[in-house]
Amino acid sequence: MKSLTRREAITLGSAAGGVLMFVPGSAFAKVEDAMAVMMKFTGGKKASDGKITLEMPEIAENGNTVPLSISVESPMTADNYVKRVIIISEGNPRPEVVTFNFTHRSGVAEASTRMRLAKTQNVVAVAEMSDGSLHMTKRQVKVTIGGCGG
Amino acid sequence: MAKVKPRVKAPKKAGKGDIITVKTLISHKMETGLRKDKKTGEIIPRQIINKFEAQFNGETVFSVDIDPAISANPYFQFKMRAEESGEFAFMWTDDSGDTYTKKSKLTVS
Repeated sequence: MKSLTRREAITLGSAAGGVLMFVPGSAFAKVEDAMAVMMKFTGGKKASDGKITLEMPEIAENGNTVPLSISVESPMTADNYVKRVIIISEGNPRPEVVTFNFTHRSGVAEASTRMRLAKTQNVVAVAEMSDGSLHMTKRQVKVTIGGCGG
Repeated sequence: MAKVKPRVKAPKKAGKGDIITVKTLISHKMETGLRKDKKTGEIIPRQIINKFEAQFNGETVFSVDIDPAISANPYFQFKMRAEESGEFAFMWTDDSGDTYTKKSKLTVS
């Protein structure tokens, strides 16, 4: 095999670098994937801002377990209540996180859990009300150690 | 696998119309199906709790559809309006179809 010239070596090196950069990136959901999950949830309708609050820490030191709380303004009566709330990640390997299904028996539309975050990213919450209207909010969480080990 | 143990913290008594808080936790490693075995390089199959449901007197009051992004030992906190006395049934279902159930009584005065 003929030895590489300096120029060839540089070209090869940068090409390999490009591949390496691309592969880990593709393992994570992209914003478009998150949008696709949201479109599936909303059926293409536009979600307005407000009414829904997503509480998460600004900085999560450990991405394995990040506390998350959502609350939606609603009287929660039999004919006016929050049906479901979906949580979507823009930077995890898969965008789906969790869907909370409420009923009018809930009294208030509030729920908490703990989620994994692979890296610093936006987390999106969308609420669907019993009349079909949609509300959304978004929050950025900075992650020090990613939580999708392996 | 380690024993799956459901735990629930729900009030035993409430006034009529009160909003009560229920906290639930189940010990489960929530294997995402994305990790590889470091020795063999094979993907460890997904094994998660994918559904949680809370019923009160047989009526579903709250449920959760769960994806692998939920942390190990999944924790859920939610609220309910206390209307009548009765019994909670909490049910968790995992990927192999096994269900874990826990019950709790509530007296409304």
